[in-house]
Amino acid sequence: MPTLELSNPAALPADWRDFVALTKPRVMSLVVFTGLCGLLVAPVRLPPVLGFTAILCIALGAGACGALNQWYEVEVDGKMRRTAKRPLPAGRMDRQSALHFGVGLGGFSVLLMGLAANWFAAALLAVSILFYVIVYTVWLKPRTAQNIVIGGAAGAFPPLIGWIAATGHVAALPLLLFAIIFLWTPPHFWALSLFVRSDYAAAGIPMLPVVAGLQSTRWQILLYSPPMAAAAVAPWLLGLSGPVYGACATLLSLVFLVLALRVAANRASEPSSMDAEKHLFAYSVFYLFALFTVLVADRFLPW
Amino acid sequence: MVRPEDEVIRQRQRERARVTALLLAAFVVLLFFITIAKTGMNW
Repeated sequence: MPTLELSNPAALPADWRDFVALTKPRVMSLVVFTGLCGLLVAPVRLPPVLGFTAILCIALGAGACGALNQWYEVEVDGKMRRTAKRPLPAGRMDRQSALHFGVGLGGFSVLLMGLAANWFAAALLAVSILFYVIVYTVWLKPRTAQNIVIGGAAGAFPPLIGWIAATGHVAALPLLLFAIIFLWTPPHFWALSLFVRSDYAAAGIPMLPVVAGLQSTRWQILLYSPPMAAAAVAPWLLGLSGPVYGACATLLSLVFLVLALRVAANRASEPSSMDAEKHLFAYSVFYLFALFTVLVADRFLPW
Repeated sequence: MVRPEDEVIRQRQRERARVTALLLAAFVVLLFFITIAKTGMNW
């Protein structure tokens, strides 16, 4: 009778915590937050349980994207320090389990969204999952330095889906929220990829700093920041949000532009000297959270 | 006699079964409330 080698963790059934890790919970939190904001700023109020279910579906869809991304990129993840301890490259889970989990989670999230909210939101959720997995992960990411420019659209869908789950139709404001995240993604990811460049180079992923160099990436960050700032203040300029949002969006975007200028002025090539890039990366996460929080507050609070 | 290796596998299977049962129970409760909400909306 064959005995199991416990020194080989893959011989064990995967721990349920590893399935949770497969969904990239930290990435999911931003997706859930922006989706929730899209739902909350919509002019239609869903019953709380349906609103909760819509957000749950967005979260599960994002989790499916994470699982399928890790299923496809297991070899690449194994080559990068940042990702080598994930369940698949670390050998704590077999690939087929990750594939089944990802496909099942994605299908379940789309079906539940259709049943609880509407089929337009469900279709858009399906498109966003397929876009992330097929267009970004499989097609663009290993082939072009512009991978996150186009692939960023996948992360921009949640507020649009949240709005459509509530209203059943598209409008100018959720499209602007889509544009904000779409234009925010390149400076956010390029700031990160500048100081983890060696990881991407080792894994053979053609991120912009690897292909075009550090200075070119810094200029691209600076180039993308003004359009992003313009999209951020557009809801106020177009009368879709109030002056408090306008003032906060302007201030937050100005700080973003200043940090992007600091990045453009930096000439460091060692990650240890890339404080400007690290500050921009950290601020970019805060920026998106703050911008969307103020947008929702502006909708509800009687300023 | 149960080998230690088998016991580790059984324990992990039990944990997974428990989590699956909890998730299924939560899903049933969620479906119940979705149905109530939809009925209330006259959809």
